[in-house]
Amino acid sequence: MSSWRRLHVKARTGGFLSSTPVTPRHTRLRGPFMPCQSLSTGRSLRKGFIKDLENQLSEMKKKAVDALPGSSWSPVLINPNLPPERADIVIVGGGVIGWSIAYWLKQKERVRGGLRVIVVERDPTYSRASTVLSAGGIRQQFSLLENIHLSLASADFMRNINDHLFVLKEDPVDLQFNHSGYMFLANEQVAHIMEENYRTQRSAGAEVSLLSPTQVKEKFPWINTDGVALASYGLENEGWFDPWSLLNAFRRKAVSMGVVQCCGEVTGFKYKTNVVNSVDGEQMFIRRIQSVKVQMPNSLEYQPVECAIVVNAAGAFSGKLAEMLGIGSSPEDSIAGIPLPVEPRKRYIYVVHCPDGPGLDTPFLIDYSGVYFRREGLGGNYITGTSPEEDEEPDTSNLDVDHEFFVDKVWPSLAHRVPAFEKLKVTSAWAGFYDYNTFDQNGIIGVHPLINNMYFATGFSGHGLQQSPAVGRGVAELILDGNFRTLDLSGLSFRRILTQEPMLERNIV
Amino acid sequence: MTRPPVHTRLLLYLTQHFYDVEMLLTWMFNRKRTGIQKKNAYLGYAASLYGPQVAAAHFILTLKGGLRFKNQSDWFRANTKGKFSWDFVNYKDVQIEEIDLSNTMVNYRGLENLDTQRSLRTLSLKGCPEVDDWFLARLHVFQDSLEELDISHCPHITTGGLAALRNLKGLKRLDVSSLPRIQSPGLVVILLEDMLPKCDIVATGYDYSFVQEDEESKVQHMQGQSA
Repeated sequence: MSSWRRLHVKARTGGFLSSTPVTPRHTRLRGPFMPCQSLSTGRSLRKGFIKDLENQLSEMKKKAVDALPGSSWSPVLINPNLPPERADIVIVGGGVIGWSIAYWLKQKERVRGGLRVIVVERDPTYSRASTVLSAGGIRQQFSLLENIHLSLASADFMRNINDHLFVLKEDPVDLQFNHSGYMFLANEQVAHIMEENYRTQRSAGAEVSLLSPTQVKEKFPWINTDGVALASYGLENEGWFDPWSLLNAFRRKAVSMGVVQCCGEVTGFKYKTNVVNSVDGEQMFIRRIQSVKVQMPNSLEYQPVECAIVVNAAGAFSGKLAEMLGIGSSPEDSIAGIPLPVEPRKRYIYVVHCPDGPGLDTPFLIDYSGVYFRREGLGGNYITGTSPEEDEEPDTSNLDVDHEFFVDKVWPSLAHRVPAFEKLKVTSAWAGFYDYNTFDQNGIIGVHPLINNMYFATGFSGHGLQQSPAVGRGVAELILDGNFRTLDLSGLSFRRILTQEPMLERNIV
Repeated sequence: MTRPPVHTRLLLYLTQHFYDVEMLLTWMFNRKRTGIQKKNAYLGYAASLYGPQVAAAHFILTLKGGLRFKNQSDWFRANTKGKFSWDFVNYKDVQIEEIDLSNTMVNYRGLENLDTQRSLRTLSLKGCPEVDDWFLARLHVFQDSLEELDISHCPHITTGGLAALRNLKGLKRLDVSSLPRIQSPGLVVILLEDMLPKCDIVATGYDYSFVQEDEESKVQHMQGQSA
């Protein structure tokens, strides 16, 4: 303590000397008055004082460390990974949708640096992210116009990906796109649906063709066409690609444009609540988010980020995020009582090896039984899987693979459709989450009516990766322009959930 | 990978320190892209005035390519300065049978001009720097007529794009020589032959480097022994 007292005294004298009435202004001013400054008697003393203080501080730190042996505690530790305190837009979820939105927001900003965008991702290794654990397909064979248009626009984006996502001094983006097309097989009961879908797809501009079982057999002799009444086959813009490349390309470009990447988990919000009376006299609580609480990984430290707009792109876990704002916690019959109908669903993907399997022209085949498979590389490897029945959904607490499921559900249908697969070996398998929209299995894009600054881009139920470029553009338009400019996605807004009008895909599987 | 020329490297070095240089480079890059896209624009006005044949022919000739109409023996070509004769305007109703677009800047967008040529039999895209997998996927529009296709020396084509040639079942001759981005050319050629059984596939310019690798491993082995 004695050293501190000494310091105090010194500081006082120094202060007095520098603020004597003769030279007060000169010492405070900088620049042209340099000579005057050097004449000031206080200067050398002040310099000594700062030096002294530094010494004192370092000594104090040393003492503190000595007092707490074995601890790496330091009195002035600042986590360098903390997100900034303020931002314009916080995107929760650094999957492909989140980064796509970030990229399009920066792309559409008027002035360089005009928008401060933060992307918060809790797992930078993406070990549980739906994006990188997906099969990576893109197709236009949907029945809803919105989905077809989204997919076509995304294919267009991927075609010109190096015009969009090119970064100076970096290698061009290589998506490893396989233009092998999709092929859907339908039996007699669903053939009429397929025909109808085919007409919709053609009218939307997708290059799809219908094949009879004989034509299928002629084109792909390895398919067993028993029970097949009709097949639809994509000619262009369909296939599969490397999800990680797309995610990384978006991230690289967005970061180069000034988006801040932040590793942490959003654990809470600070919001303001306004009470509004509806026409029916019902009281409603309209919330506005003021700040997002970002918790650092493996620590108790958190940073509130003040922001104007939050984008919920948390994929499979976006339902949890919405719950934090009280969506779905009120009684059933009110608007606030309707939860965000998105939950994680676990899907298995199996890698099988079959040397006698189909060759280079193998499409992404989807059978009417629900089993799909596609080629993986050139060495006779394939990946396959199917969706389980509604009442047999696996536990979503972990990502363990159920190998029984392959033997019971996948293999029989697969071997029936392609007899070559009777002899195969499962070489590996993984599981990933769908951001499953339990209401109608389609994406939810737009603002929640009761939280007027949270935008949703979630619930894509397995189509998120292939639609991400177009969805990102749509959300950026919604935020910056106030409505959709290029593709009208208003059909995918939250309204359909409030009015209980599902937009169901009329698919054969 | 080849190293870029000195001035490009200097500019890239300067981008580390000056935003202006970065802007300039981005601007130059965009300008180049727009230039290519402009060259490949759809000639809708010409197509509406003179018909799709003439528009397609004009498009090919402005790209310094060549074409031959059906039942004609002589080719229309642009000379080295890019000048060409306008006689093709007389062939309003004749389909184009052969197109030579080798070493031109044709890309996916430009292909829209050729969409209507349903009796196209030969297409040469040798050494086109802008032809990529998406371009090959689009070739399905010629699936009923195309017999010969030359995509050799195209720097952007990968195996994923070759899979898209599955739709061209009438193909009789395919040249896939010297595609730098094909990783295991031996296997790919075998798979291509499987996919297009009626087609004669030419694939030269690859070192099927089994022998070379053996030698390398031998050298390493010997080094290991001497060490």
